[in-house]
Amino acid sequence: MNIILAILIVLMIASAIAALIYKDLISAVIASCLVSLIAAILFFFLQAPDVAMAEAAIGAALVTGIFVIAVKRTQRFEE
Amino acid sequence: MRKGIVLILLLIIATGMVLSLQEIPFGMAESKIGSYFIKEGVRQTGATNIVTSVVVNYRGFDTLGEVTVLFTAAIGLGALLSTHKKRNAGEHLEPASLIVYTGCRVLFPVILLAGAYIFIHGHLTPGGGFQGGAIIASAFLLMYLGCRGKRVKAHLSTTLEGVGGLVFILLGITGLILGHEFLFNFLPKGEPNTLFSAGFIPIIYMAIGLKVGSELAGIIDNLIEESQ
Repeated sequence: MNIILAILIVLMIASAIAALIYKDLISAVIASCLVSLIAAILFFFLQAPDVAMAEAAIGAALVTGIFVIAVKRTQRFEE
Repeated sequence: MRKGIVLILLLIIATGMVLSLQEIPFGMAESKIGSYFIKEGVRQTGATNIVTSVVVNYRGFDTLGEVTVLFTAAIGLGALLSTHKKRNAGEHLEPASLIVYTGCRVLFPVILLAGAYIFIHGHLTPGGGFQGGAIIASAFLLMYLGCRGKRVKAHLSTTLEGVGGLVFILLGITGLILGHEFLFNFLPKGEPNTLFSAGFIPIIYMAIGLKVGSELAGIIDNLIEESQ
């Protein structure tokens, strides 16, 4: 159990750093979506299913969609 | 030079966070109010989901404030984006691929049903109005991505939004009329663990779910219309 949690946390930190590093903004948005998704799984393991649901629906789905729309409307690559 | 200052500031913030978080006893039943809610929540409110009983019953007024904040944000976004709308409305959209189109046609009602289930059973199972509403809005996001050109009628979503807010406030005022405080749970509590229990909590959560769902779907609709 602890090993799974450790792997998830490492993945979460890695995707958070990847979201900062990527110059392609769509990839950065997907990486930050992954952060929210893993956060939702961790909330579920921490016995907070209500928060997990909100995080999965808002953080992983809606915010990603809104960011993708914003990137599509501006520019895809960071200078 | 600038990076050095930023680094020092970040280190100071990190030390402060570490020092303050060390003091918090995570995972301990330290607070009296938490154990009070766990012990008395089901008896006092009839809702088996303690989170719901806190969100809708014990701090229902704060929830009304949260709903108002979301409403204001949606209105602000709509006002901001409506200044230059319908600029290139006649532009032909590239249709989504067959797989995406079919998948979204199949998944859309299922996701809607899941969202509705979550906010109707908010007092029994995890989740509630906000979560269910967000899931419903994500179903509309999927529809906008997969089935291009389909739109929700604007007056339908604004009507749902208005009805949701109105039901919430009217239920609150009914408590005042009956001689209790605002948002007093005046309906019979019923037997816990059944669908028709916990007084007005399911009704309020349905109102919140419809309101949040239509607001978030409206935000996405505004943004997508603007981005095309």
